[in-house]
Amino acid sequence: MRGIRKGFPGVQALDGVDLELYSGEVLALLGENGAGKSTLIKVIGGAHLPDDGTMQIEGRSDPIHSPQDSLKAGIGIIYQEFNLVPALTASENIFLGQEPSRLSFIPRSEERQKTLKLFDRIGAEIDPGKLCSQLSVAEQQLVEIAKALSQNARIIVMDEPTAALTPREVEGLLKVVRELRTQGIGIIYISHRLDEIDAIADRVTILRDGTHVATMEKSNFDREQMIALMVGRNLEKEFPYRQSVAGEVRLSVRNLTRGSCVKDVSFDLKAGEIVGLTGLVGAGRTETARLIFGADRMDSGSIDLDGKRLSVRSPRDAIRNGICLLTEDRKGQGLVLGQTVQENFGLPNLGDFSGHFLISSSRESEAFSGYVDKMRIKISGHSQSAGTLSGGNQQKVVLAKWLQRNSEVIIFDEPTRGIDVGAKFEIYQLIHVLAEQGKAILMISSELPEILGMSDRIIVMNEGRVAGEIDDCSEVTQEDIMKLATGSEEIAA
Amino acid sequence: MKIHYSSFFSDYGSVLVLVILCAVMSFATLKEQPATSYAAAKDLASDLLSEKGKGAKVMILVRGGSKGAGPEFAKNLEMAISDVGLVVVKNVQGTPRDARKALLAQPQSQPLVALVTDQHMSVFCSDHLSDLAKGNPALAQAKSYSPKKQTWPIFLKKDNLRNVLKQISVVAVIAIGMTLVIITGGIDLSVGSLIAFSAVVTALAIHHLGGANPTVSDLWLGSLAGIIACSIIGLCTGAFVTLFKVPAFIVTLGVMFIARGLAFLSLEKPNGLPIGNEESFKWLGSGAGLGLHNSAVLMLVLYLLAHIMMSRTSIGRYIYAVGGNPEAARLSGVPVQKVLVFVYVLCALLAGLGGVMTASLQMSGDPKAGGLVELQVIAAVVVGGTSLAGGKGKIFGTLIGALIIGVIKNGMNLAEIQGKEQDVIFGLVILVAVLVDQLKNRLN
Repeated sequence: MRGIRKGFPGVQALDGVDLELYSGEVLALLGENGAGKSTLIKVIGGAHLPDDGTMQIEGRSDPIHSPQDSLKAGIGIIYQEFNLVPALTASENIFLGQEPSRLSFIPRSEERQKTLKLFDRIGAEIDPGKLCSQLSVAEQQLVEIAKALSQNARIIVMDEPTAALTPREVEGLLKVVRELRTQGIGIIYISHRLDEIDAIADRVTILRDGTHVATMEKSNFDREQMIALMVGRNLEKEFPYRQSVAGEVRLSVRNLTRGSCVKDVSFDLKAGEIVGLTGLVGAGRTETARLIFGADRMDSGSIDLDGKRLSVRSPRDAIRNGICLLTEDRKGQGLVLGQTVQENFGLPNLGDFSGHFLISSSRESEAFSGYVDKMRIKISGHSQSAGTLSGGNQQKVVLAKWLQRNSEVIIFDEPTRGIDVGAKFEIYQLIHVLAEQGKAILMISSELPEILGMSDRIIVMNEGRVAGEIDDCSEVTQEDIMKLATGSEEIAA
Repeated sequence: MKIHYSSFFSDYGSVLVLVILCAVMSFATLKEQPATSYAAAKDLASDLLSEKGKGAKVMILVRGGSKGAGPEFAKNLEMAISDVGLVVVKNVQGTPRDARKALLAQPQSQPLVALVTDQHMSVFCSDHLSDLAKGNPALAQAKSYSPKKQTWPIFLKKDNLRNVLKQISVVAVIAIGMTLVIITGGIDLSVGSLIAFSAVVTALAIHHLGGANPTVSDLWLGSLAGIIACSIIGLCTGAFVTLFKVPAFIVTLGVMFIARGLAFLSLEKPNGLPIGNEESFKWLGSGAGLGLHNSAVLMLVLYLLAHIMMSRTSIGRYIYAVGGNPEAARLSGVPVQKVLVFVYVLCALLAGLGGVMTASLQMSGDPKAGGLVELQVIAAVVVGGTSLAGGKGKIFGTLIGALIIGVIKNGMNLAEIQGKEQDVIFGLVILVAVLVDQLKNRLN
């Protein structure tokens, strides 16, 4: 690819980007959110047409005007949101649109054989007849990869493939990527997780603000360099420093239970304390948070805030009592994407801005401006729609909306998922400021470095129960947490 | 300023369609109206009224026989002139000799201000009026006038435009409620049946309270009964949608049949129950004041209130949020279920009001009323730019949508296009309007 340019109204998303990919290599594509990675992929995949620039694949420069052209050229793209039909089986999904047909009947056994062969290439053990809705995220990803291979893809692009995977599933995926590499397939790998880049990339290309910053052999980069090139400045550390001063117990959760997801969970949050809650995906972390927030009903258990028993039957109750939740799925649960940022900010706060009857949008706008300045939210105006913001700015808008409510207990569920390194640091700083104000903070995260770097205390969950609490975080290693998270039987095995 | 215009058009892109449509309809109904028509007479009458004032005395002179404009013309003139409040002292049809006699006989105590004539008599007047005035002082102030032939689109006549507003008022009022329902991502198919249900309940209640001679308070109470009955049905719809999570399409489909059936069951005869002989019940449907029909005024006021509600109040914000992302709304503390129940109740309430308006127009509670109105209402909302996927839509967009539909129907009636052809054109225009909206979105 040479000199790819793509402009959108108001933004030059790509400004002369060059990219080279050799067969049998893993090229990591790095950059902050908004650096142009997603746009670049969409250009490769034919979803966007470039305004300028050329693209050659194995010497040929067939124009790519549509996703079909891209497929024909041997490019398989695995987006963050999978393109699978939940109600069809794995093999049906793989051959969707290219069924091996005999007089318009689909020979099922042949389809199954072909699917098994594809799965074999990537070492996947999935029943081809299983419905996609019954597959785990990791398995669905493998189905996507098999689908790309079935179309004879020579180039596979993976956009944040590990964002929703557990650490063990990530290992499995990296193995698949290595396997594909030995089969001579060129892979463009996009991730915010530098550990994975370390583990797998042969070369690294870094984008910033739509321009190409650097491409180098992985061995010539170290982490600090990569981060510095991405954000355009030197980040001293990944996590800001903070002296923790834990105060009185504020939130006290006892024997929280709901079905088989959350069993008998008890813990305390103290003022000015950041408590990390971790565990494998499905360990019941998010479910616990949703119980505290009233998003789901608990079967039994109690929640006390500042010594007062709360009856939390809905998010409304929780919000009224000063508990808020920043959900892990910002787009699906945190924001109304079609509405403006100001409307999203105002949604739980309309009481503050209403007179007897009407909303004063000037008062709302004024309050929001305060947060925009304080939190350095990058928006083009208060009427920008929330769906067009980058992940970090979306998270800030969600946080602003809860801070306006004077929330005392703030639960962050994967606060930095899909957020670039620079914005991550800002989010961490904001969490610190909140802790200093004496708020009680629960931070759920799958990223162990984040848990270790941020928490004053760590709670590890396993299969719906609290597997252990670590009070002294200075000596803990990722391995210690993983042992708790996987349960003792795993260690024995 | 430029930004304002462009955002106006992106918010209310259907304005463009409406303007084009009005132009087309004006062109299609552009007709030369002969000077003998009632319309021409009416124009002259209103000119005279503004020049001479109410109660001024006018004599009509029309040449009889084959030379004159005929008795039809004379009748038109008399009707038009006395309608606006002028006094026709005499309607003379005959020879110039008859005219001369009548003019000279005009008593002095009743001076004439105008002589309204046809072509032939106008020549007579210009030749002889000054002489005659010398003989009879009652003619001193009199001047002669003739209706002129004119070319003006019937569609653009003030009366017709007022009529369009009146004709759309029922659909447009209900479309307010439908807009809210559709913004939340739902749909309400029951509104057409609720019109009939409300009309029948209102007629029954009035009949019960006041018999054949109901008082004004009976009328109010009866109307209220119809509206409340519909609101209760809306409450049930909302409860079904929220508590049992049944898709609104299914629930309201059921309610559609139930309400229509109840409307028929409530009456012994399927022909409808007439509402007394109380003229004041006509006030809502056919009455006029403020230069517009009362139903149109009511419609405009409701639109203004709805616009304020949707843009400036919490409930309005909540409705958009629930439609845009119900889960995010719930997790932001929006009482999602209450909001949903509210929109279904409001939609049913407005359908009930539409039923009362229909009853007032027809002066009876007709269980067949409102047939297929739900589809017109949905068409108005969609043409107005509200997305069936929920989360997006504007109240005034719906008003424009309703106007577009009203203009099409009215214009086609004026252009004397037949019913079946009307349906085809109606369907096409809906598709074009939505297409324009889509293209505009793509351009943005």
